[in-house]
Amino acid sequence: MLEARLYLLQRASAMLLVPLLLAHLVMILYAIEGGLSAAEILGRTRGNLLWAAFYGLFVTAVAMHAPIGLRNILREWTGWRGRSLDFATLGFGALLLGLGLRAVLAVTV
Amino acid sequence: MQDTADREEMLTVEIWRGREDGALQTYRVPRRESQTVLDVVTWVQRNEEPALAYRFACRVGMCGSCAMQVNGKPRWTCRTHVSRVAENGLLRIEPLANLPRIKDLATDMAPFFEKWQGARGRHEPTRTRHEPMAPVSSESPARKAANAGIECINCAVCYAACDVVGWDENYLGPAALNRAWTLANDERDADKAGLLQAVSQSGGCHSCHSHGSCVEHCPVGLNPTAGIAGLKRMTLAALMKGEL
Amino acid sequence: MMRASRNHPGWWAALGHRLSGLALALFLPVHFLVLGLALDSDAALDSVIAWTDQPLVKVAEWGLVMLLTLHLGFGLRVLALEFLPWRDPLKTLISLGAGASVLAGLLFWIVAL
Ligand code: HEM
Ligand code: HEM
Ligand code: SF4
Ligand code: SF4
Ligand code: FES
Repeated sequence: MLEARLYLLQRASAMLLVPLLLAHLVMILYAIEGGLSAAEILGRTRGNLLWAAFYGLFVTAVAMHAPIGLRNILREWTGWRGRSLDFATLGFGALLLGLGLRAVLAVTV
Repeated sequence: MQDTADREEMLTVEIWRGREDGALQTYRVPRRESQTVLDVVTWVQRNEEPALAYRFACRVGMCGSCAMQVNGKPRWTCRTHVSRVAENGLLRIEPLANLPRIKDLATDMAPFFEKWQGARGRHEPTRTRHEPMAPVSSESPARKAANAGIECINCAVCYAACDVVGWDENYLGPAALNRAWTLANDERDADKAGLLQAVSQSGGCHSCHSHGSCVEHCPVGLNPTAGIAGLKRMTLAALMKGEL
Repeated sequence: MMRASRNHPGWWAALGHRLSGLALALFLPVHFLVLGLALDSDAALDSVIAWTDQPLVKVAEWGLVMLLTLHLGFGLRVLALEFLPWRDPLKTLISLGAGASVLAGLLFWIVAL
């Protein structure tokens, strides 16, 4: 059952996102103290497997969570239905996953 | 100061006339003590507008046939006192939202009841009438969960209050899903798997966003949001066991 | 037209949740593209970071972080409603709790930035 599966994926990813987002928030707060620079960010993240795993997980969870939410919003607020909507939001998920993993690569390798 | 003894206090009442393309029409209705919104509509029908179409039966909050939008909110009109809902002596009475309009205050309730069927809202018995009655403990958690939801009077107030019903024509809605939840907790029901499948279709329990408008408006104080959340958990458990 | 039947905390919470989720979903691809600039060179990333130092962009970033807090708080509300056993009085508590967590979050960001 597609709806039940999507529901499971969305709630599971939401639960996973709670600690990840809190960590990211704390990180942002800590990082912007005294201004941000590429050197500072990359100095933290480059070659660090822990950060790579953290952001990799983050990207994966978001790439599941956001498209499902978007699908609901589009269904309910625009009347877009059916296969084309499923594929469009799946595409958005793939885009997030692709760009996200590329970003993780960029800052950790 | 106005002396109510010689000058009758009046309500300004706007009532929807016609079908989808109708209009509000204004009436002046005398204010009475302990007056309900249904009393107001009845007064208009008897004194001003004999052709006014509306529904009611029991007048005591049992049958669920008298629901209308009153000043923008769905209400059971026979148990709604004017004193609680009139805003500066003004009442705006319209047909129940989210349902096709037939005439004036009467809506077509067919989609509402069809969705009860869609949610597999009818009991599938485990026994025939020739067998003894199934013993059901009133103390079991499942029975308690079912009991919390069985007093529904099918008034469609929750259905009119729910935004998702208005946004998604497939959405089964709070009343039908609440009914499914009571059956899912009924030990005497024979087809749990079929029920969980019915509420997992597109437009089933997973479409509910827990807005809580149904709880907010249900006149008998039921909590469809909690029941739907229960269905969500039950379908997840079935999904993970590979039974969905 | 705003329907009277929508005017209760649960509905406003759901609207806030939806709009913040939508905004975050639109922001993320941009966020990822900017971080991806580090593939080219550190300087490319730095130039964007320098751009974000403008007051207007700072305000937007600050708004974004607020949205995140908002979505988190209201998301926890939904998860609590769906996965914790609750009865009617608790519903208000859960909404109040979400509201309080959002407020605390907002206050935190106002103080922090
Ligand atoms: C919707 C979710 C997200 C929001 C709202 C968000 C927001 C932010 C903000 C406001 C900053 C600070 C940047 C600045 O002040 O210029 C930041 C930094 C950053 N974000 Fe995100 N972000 C999100 C998700 C992600 C994800 C999924 C990743 C994974 C690749 C990520 C990776 C980073 C990195 C690497 C930094 C630099 C932090 C550091 O200094 O170490 N973000 N984010
Ligand atoms: C702290 C982590 C998060 C939690 C706990 C969370 C929780 C939730 C929950 C429970 C829902 C379902 C709402 C419903 O259908 O009633 C939801 C919807 C949504 N989320 Fe998140 N979320 C989180 C992070 C994110 C992030 C990072 C994004 C964006 C990139 C996002 C985007 C969305 C969108 C677009 C929706 C659809 C909203 C709707 O249907 O009204 N969420 N979120
Ligand atoms: S809780 Fe669910 S069923 Fe009730 S009004 Fe909200 S969306 Fe509709
Ligand atoms: S759940 Fe409440 S509001 Fe909905 S139909 Fe039943 S009695 Fe009416
Ligand atoms: S007339 Fe029966 S419930 Fe109102």
